[in-house]
Amino acid sequence: MFGTIFRKKYPDFWNKYDNYFKENKETDIENTRFVVFDTESTGLDIKNDRILSIGAISILGNSIDVSHSFEIYLNQEKFNADTVKIHGILKAGNLTKFSEEEAIIQFINYIRDGILVAHHVDFDVAIIDKALSRMNLPKLKNKRIDTGVLYKMSLPYSQTYKHFGLDELCNVYKITKHDRHTASGDAYIAAILFQKIMASLKKKNKNLQLRDLFHSQKREGLL
Amino acid sequence: MKTNLKKTIIHYSQLNERINFEAMKNTIAERVYDFLKNYPPFKMLSKELLTTISENVKILYFETETKIFEIDEPVGDNFYIVKDGAVGIYSGTKNGLADKCGEGDIFGLRALIRKDKYQLTAITHEESIIYSISLDLLQEIMQTSQEAKEFIITSFATDNNSNTKQDSVLDKLFANEKNSFTEVQAVQYSENTITCSISTSIQEAALLMSQHKVGSIIITKNEKPIGIITDKDLRFKIATGKFGIDQKVDKIMSSPVITSAKEISIAEAQMSMLKCNIAHLCITQDGTPDSKLIGILSEHDIVLSYGNNPSVLIKEIKRSKETAILKSVRQKAEQLLKAYLEQNVDILFIANVLSHINDAITKQLIELSIDEMNEKPPVNFAWLSLGSMGRNEQFLLTDQDNALVFDDVAENEYTKTKDYFISLSHKINDKLNQIGFEYCPADVMARNPKWCLSLSQWNNQFKQWIVSPTNEKVMLCTIFFDYRLVYGKHELVSQMTQSIFKSIDGFEIFLNFLALNATQNPPPLSFFRNFLVEAGGEHKNQFDIKARAIMPLVDAARLLILSHHVGNCNNTILRYQRLVKLEPQNAELFEECIESYKKLLHFRSLQGIRNNDSGRYVDLNSLSKSDKLQLRSSFKPIKDIQELISVRFRLSHLR
Repeated sequence: MFGTIFRKKYPDFWNKYDNYFKENKETDIENTRFVVFDTESTGLDIKNDRILSIGAISILGNSIDVSHSFEIYLNQEKFNADTVKIHGILKAGNLTKFSEEEAIIQFINYIRDGILVAHHVDFDVAIIDKALSRMNLPKLKNKRIDTGVLYKMSLPYSQTYKHFGLDELCNVYKITKHDRHTASGDAYIAAILFQKIMASLKKKNKNLQLRDLFHSQKREGLL
Repeated sequence: MKTNLKKTIIHYSQLNERINFEAMKNTIAERVYDFLKNYPPFKMLSKELLTTISENVKILYFETETKIFEIDEPVGDNFYIVKDGAVGIYSGTKNGLADKCGEGDIFGLRALIRKDKYQLTAITHEESIIYSISLDLLQEIMQTSQEAKEFIITSFATDNNSNTKQDSVLDKLFANEKNSFTEVQAVQYSENTITCSISTSIQEAALLMSQHKVGSIIITKNEKPIGIITDKDLRFKIATGKFGIDQKVDKIMSSPVITSAKEISIAEAQMSMLKCNIAHLCITQDGTPDSKLIGILSEHDIVLSYGNNPSVLIKEIKRSKETAILKSVRQKAEQLLKAYLEQNVDILFIANVLSHINDAITKQLIELSIDEMNEKPPVNFAWLSLGSMGRNEQFLLTDQDNALVFDDVAENEYTKTKDYFISLSHKINDKLNQIGFEYCPADVMARNPKWCLSLSQWNNQFKQWIVSPTNEKVMLCTIFFDYRLVYGKHELVSQMTQSIFKSIDGFEIFLNFLALNATQNPPPLSFFRNFLVEAGGEHKNQFDIKARAIMPLVDAARLLILSHHVGNCNNTILRYQRLVKLEPQNAELFEECIESYKKLLHFRSLQGIRNNDSGRYVDLNSLSKSDKLQLRSSFKPIKDIQELISVRFRLSHLR
């Protein structure tokens, strides 16, 4: 908003990203690009913790193209020894690592205007927004879907107060948990989970539209 | 991921110029890699290629009962492998389930033929995750690994095979379940056998039989069968007054008994019964007389309601007194052959059944011919089948190749004796011709004075062929060395065999000449991997499957088995099976030869049945792409075995 008022000059990649949202494209689920992603970070504190890696894959129709997946590791300015045992990323591993700025630029280029999907998407979006703000850029503009919330849409209302972890949903849908707690591994698991939930939603509603996916939980309950 | 990232990064290369692409990580591709590496053809590939494939897989998600592709839909530019779930492959209707693909199975190889249409429909049986791999990568897989390529071609061929023949084969399998196909199914034997000990009296045994309303009783010792008494024995040996009813059972029992394991097929059981002229088989634990009796199989158990089965045919042959009837029996055999081929019954089984029938016909014709002669044969003789008949590989009515050997006689008796056998042979050759086995154009028949000889003349003849192996003589060896006794005195034949090995021992280089002959027909593919076809003559532009594919395998087997001094083993498949044991280091190659040979025989026989000829010349234009691929895939062992022979017999020195 301030950007438009002060006509702040943004880098090219951001303008390009911004442009994607200017065209108004109404489309159906089949032709929508869903970007399922996950971030691994030094901790859960948006302000003080930092992103360690981002993994993302795109779903178009029923297809995930492995050659168009995204996986990036970041240099660690901040190191939290406690979370190493969860994500397994060492400060000086032998992976090619990028600065936060490079990583974010590549991520923005990758996601374009795709619909962001993640398990507990709010956290992942928030930590990226925080990184964007350190680059003096606005927040992400993409529509987003939380697989946890989406799952609840497939349940009777009485059960929607519950909270569902990724592990729990993997068990429900019998998804093999490879590479849990790597960004790409979790993104892949979330993608399979997303497709399975979508399948059960389509079963419930043969005429499922894209906009149905963004209905808030409360409205769903009132209807 | 790599390509995509590369593009992005190059665009922002000003940010970081020192990016090591190879160290880029793609966790998902690694997971795909870990999965694919367990399954053929992927497990046959190099790490690099499999990595590239893994990085370029498309992961597809399908709900239950979702169509992946459909008949008549244009083929895609990719093929599939099941990661999770199950996919049903259907031909035509939903009922025509052709195949079910589970984890690690590939399908959709029809895409190999670009610009074609799918001939099958693929539908998920369960919620499934499928990997889709592009045709370009498939092409690369096939170019880099011979092994993987063969796997794909075979899968493709069987894929298509099951597809083109799908309806007819499956229908037959189910419709004929109680019909001719039962022959290869295991028998249903009776487990309630009535037994008695050797000290039982005949009367007691007969009372037991009447009490249980059975036609036979088994005499056992320590639960092992040692003899059998049937209604027939009571009729012939008791009712006639030969033996008293208070005598012990061992006086009239038939012993030893013929035994079998319980896995015996109906056809095999019938064969055994006919061969031994018995009506009961004892089923024992391990199939030998020296194990526990577990049941009995009587001819009655397998009285069959269907007409075209081998045992009924052989019975009919034995009863026939006229050539015309035998001819009609042989035609029925042709029907049987057709059914077997269409049902994909093992070729070795078919070979056994057909040669039993052919032998029975020949025997019957010989006996009929002897009856027509004014006098009995003056000395012992043996009738030999040669060539494909000698190898038990003649399914279709082809030329007859035969010879006759008779016992040595005094010099003054010789002409008279030979004349007798020549005129007998004339009768036999004529009758075989009437049945449908045409005269041999090269006159390799027993009526030819050259091939109707006494034992010592044959031995001299073979010795001469071996010691001075001209091209023509080596060729004769390839025909005559596959002789098999059909009728007459067994000793004559075993003496011939011994004499051949003795001659070879004295002149080992003969084997090298035989080897040269065995490798004269190179693998039937041209430099451009096209079939080599005939350049001229009546069969111009046709593929000679006999000379170019079948004979090289036959010749190689004969040579190798002779070099191991194994006699009385004529059938090419049996020869290779023997070689597997003799040369375990080459077992794999010999197994491949067996598979190829079976395929080729099957192919030739089907071809012959379709075109009502010997099946020898194949018009390539009439073949489907899949037939061609399948045929071509059976050529590789020909090349390999010829190389083995070249090296072993140092043919480079002879050429």
